[in-house]
Amino acid sequence: MKRILSSEITSESNYRNRRQFIRDAGLAIGGGALASALPLVAAAEGRDLATVPGPHSTDETPNSWTDVTTYNNFYEFGTGKEDPYRNAGDFVTAPWSVKISGECDKPGTHALEDIMAPHTLEDRVYRHRCVEAWSMVVPWVGFPLGDLLKRFAPNSNAKFVRFKTLYDPKQMPGQRRAILDWPYVEGLTIAEAMHPLTLMVVGVFGKELPNQNGAPLRLVVPWKYGFKGIKSIVEIEFTRRQPRTSWELSAPHEYGFYANVNPEVDHPRWSQARERRIGAGLFASKQPTLMFNGYADEVAELYAGLDLRKNY
Amino acid sequence: MTAGALRTLKVCVFLVCLVPLGKLALELLGVAGLSLGANPVEELIHRFGIWGLNFLMITLAVTPLRFMTGKNWLIRFRRMLGLFAFFYVLMHFLVYAGLDQGFDLSVILEDVVERPYITVGFTALLLLIPLAVTSTNRMMKRLGRRWQKLHRLVYPIAVLAVWHFYWQVKLDTLEPIVYIAILSFLLGYRFWRKYVRSAHPR
Repeated sequence: MKRILSSEITSESNYRNRRQFIRDAGLAIGGGALASALPLVAAAEGRDLATVPGPHSTDETPNSWTDVTTYNNFYEFGTGKEDPYRNAGDFVTAPWSVKISGECDKPGTHALEDIMAPHTLEDRVYRHRCVEAWSMVVPWVGFPLGDLLKRFAPNSNAKFVRFKTLYDPKQMPGQRRAILDWPYVEGLTIAEAMHPLTLMVVGVFGKELPNQNGAPLRLVVPWKYGFKGIKSIVEIEFTRRQPRTSWELSAPHEYGFYANVNPEVDHPRWSQARERRIGAGLFASKQPTLMFNGYADEVAELYAGLDLRKNY
Repeated sequence: MTAGALRTLKVCVFLVCLVPLGKLALELLGVAGLSLGANPVEELIHRFGIWGLNFLMITLAVTPLRFMTGKNWLIRFRRMLGLFAFFYVLMHFLVYAGLDQGFDLSVILEDVVERPYITVGFTALLLLIPLAVTSTNRMMKRLGRRWQKLHRLVYPIAVLAVWHFYWQVKLDTLEPIVYIAILSFLLGYRFWRKYVRSAHPR
């Protein structure tokens, strides 16, 4: 018998309306006492975004708003999965600007509005696979990173793209301890960055990105482990040499530059052959992990001839 | 302490030891807005593991506490605390084996053999079994002096358990380091008492 997921029965909007009702009822009855006892009610939601359906979306059922917004790895706000949800509420994302530098003809610093202005926002439902062997399906809102990068006219020396997260220990309590070498740095080859699947994300579920998901601007590379998807980006640099990324620096034998999802190459401490789908329920078994997270048809050619065991 | 008072206190301690289990049950059932979060299986494994570790530390704290306070009746709680440690560690393993791996013996065996942190944790669990089995009064009598020798296994078990936790953590080792500090104190105290203090009798 096929198991029926609650998310298949309850639409996202119904789900959220119901939660809102519970919260309002709680406020009415208990003067807020009950509402504050509901620790994982959906996070405050941002504005609706004007979007069009994008290509490459999976048919799989997206996770719930609660799953997507309360189970996050965003160490700038704490190492617990719920820490970003709890600690990122007051994070200020406006005004926001992004510095473009390095091997390009049009470097400069741009306000987020200018970064976004020429692009059409697309809804793209992607599988998301964490290096910790869990996964979700997330309805992102964004535009192809390649379209953005072309605006700055990268030159022929631009072989890699390096991204940097905001460094602000006052706002980001996780940065007050040297767990990683702050600020967080990630990188892609220029071919990966220009690939049509690679997304600059500004929203989820048709709404502005909640802070805990990397507001206001983050990267999503669906065939790579989630930690490649750097959040709250303030710098994009075109480089000649392969950037040294945060996780690679902290544990080079465990986390590589490529970090492509690969069921055949285990993490030194755990298997990557299977994954736990968040929201599938207590008794659901793990599911097999797919090569390149199921995007092999689109991206395998990027790595032709590369030893994926060495270049993990 | 009178026998009656001791019995009452034992019941109280027993109930307190069940609180972590009760809280997990409420969260599992979603009572009063409590929840295990988006990944309940991982949360159950982690919480049972942490409480297994906590009870191991509490059990190992009984003897130093007894020496420091002179309250010898504390020893009467050690067996119960040790058995709770075994209970939470066993639940930790069962949730991993059952809910996480679906009792797939080949996968579990592969984990035990190939993942060093699981090898270490599994060894600690195996070593705990003879201690739990020989925890009855009858076994104590039957084994005599060998009983004490056997139960010294709790020291390597505690070391393995903390090691297992340290190795499992992805990056932030603060929490396991706290356990290393606690265990170092608990074992260091014993060493100091046996070798350093007794060498200089006052």
